Amino acid sequence: MLLGPLVIYGLVDAATRYIDLSGQKDINNPVVWIIIVGIFTPIAIGLMIFGWYAWKGDYDRIPHSAAELEEDPTRRR
Amino acid sequence: MYKIINYLSEMGHSSIRRIIAASSVGTMIEWYDFYIFGMLAKTISVEFFPAGNPTAALLSTLAIFAAGFIVRPFGALVFGRLGDKVGRKYTFLLTLVLMGGSTFLIGCVPGYRSIGLLAPVLVLLLRLIQGLALGGEYGGAATYVAEHAPSNKRGYYTSWIQTTATLGLFLALGVILLVRSSMPEANFTPEWGGWRYPFWISLLLVGVSIYIRLNMSESPLFAELKSTGKTSVNPLRESFQHRANFKMVLLALFGAVMGEGVVWYTGQFYAQSFLETKCKLDFEQSRTILLWAIAGATPFFVLFGWLSDRVGRKWILMTGMLLAVLTYRPIFGYFLENSIALNPDATVITLPNEMYWRFVGLVFLLILYVTMVYGPIAAFLVELFPTRIRYTSMSLPYHIGNGVFGGLVPFIGLLLSTSFPGDPLVGLWYPISITALCLVIGVLYLDNKKDETVMD
Repeated sequence: MLLGPLVIYGLVDAATRYIDLSGQKDINNPVVWIIIVGIFTPIAIGLMIFGWYAWKGDYDRIPHSAAELEEDPTRRR
Repeated sequence: MYKIINYLSEMGHSSIRRIIAASSVGTMIEWYDFYIFGMLAKTISVEFFPAGNPTAALLSTLAIFAAGFIVRPFGALVFGRLGDKVGRKYTFLLTLVLMGGSTFLIGCVPGYRSIGLLAPVLVLLLRLIQGLALGGEYGGAATYVAEHAPSNKRGYYTSWIQTTATLGLFLALGVILLVRSSMPEANFTPEWGGWRYPFWISLLLVGVSIYIRLNMSESPLFAELKSTGKTSVNPLRESFQHRANFKMVLLALFGAVMGEGVVWYTGQFYAQSFLETKCKLDFEQSRTILLWAIAGATPFFVLFGWLSDRVGRKWILMTGMLLAVLTYRPIFGYFLENSIALNPDATVITLPNEMYWRFVGLVFLLILYVTMVYGPIAAFLVELFPTRIRYTSMSLPYHIGNGVFGGLVPFIGLLLSTSFPGDPLVGLWYPISITALCLVIGVLYLDNKKDETVMD
């Protein structure tokens, strides 16, 4: 749960430190950072949600059939 | 349901072999198409994205990063939805046409010197179509084969699909080396030179594959769902808005595919780039080492797929990840100590014969880890989701794991080595930490129980 915000903070922090319009490397390129921060933010949010579900014990028992998925009382997010 | 069980049990060995071959050949060609662009990136950038032109530089960045990081997962959603609504067969036929067509056309676009900025714009668009098609292909092929397989052979049959990414890489490397060695450099690099041949060859390969796939029938499980009107009305909503299924998507991503993606990328791509750029091995040795290692390790995809039918998927995946975490630094350290460290002033190093084969052995080991984490993953993903939303649900985590987490290995490696220049192996901390996190999540939460039926 805590890793998600840390990842976002780390990426934004690195982006602000390394973006350099006169630089030649990929890590100096703002477009690359926009793409990476843009794609990683929802993934980091997914990691937080995963942590939340795990914390609540949602993964203590894994469903083995579609019927079990349908029966899950917490079916709607 | 009984009709399907009868259908599967009556299906002969030759039928299933045809299904596996038709699916695998098409997927291998898609990987070939995707890889040749990356392998010829240097020539492509000279022809289409000239240095000094800021617009061309921007388009080049988008072609490299957007195709893998944004368009691949997007393709997984677009074609996953289509595959769960229309059917597996027509969807992965469409991805093949898109991939083959765009690859061939990249080989036909005149260079920047002839048509100016239109050249990089066209190449970018075609590269994005390639990414989109790749995002849709894998889930379709894996689902299609798994839905034809009996439960005790699901890992074995789908493992053939798992060989395709590596064989596609092998084919791409082989074709490029063959074309390159058959002509002098002066004939290879010009605007209409030999570098275009691998793109044109794709048309022939895809043509054959389309012909084979056209003669295949729809997956029996999907056909049954469709005939009874039980297909999903909105696969995207069912996959990602229903909590029970969404939490399985998250588990697949963070407990298996995230680690598999970085192990896959580190073994098959980062190792070769490390040998060439950090160890300064010559162009040919850095590539032939990889070719030998791939040739030796590829059968292990099938072996671990087969083994996963007997002992379950989880512990094979986890063992591969554990070995990667424990041995990456010693292996890459050995590469450094026995190449550039012996002769720090050299700009290019050619290894003596004995050391060359030791390097082959260690890269083989890295790819062996890839076979452990990648061989059983298709069967694992297929068993996690129900038929009506399987294509959508398994495609997205797969392409985030491989395309995003795996694809970021060189970028984060560069970021780390710029931040901590004292340690030449610092770039490895990214794959090591992602794999370690995935290993912990997988050990804690994944289930080793095989799903006896995927007919639900």
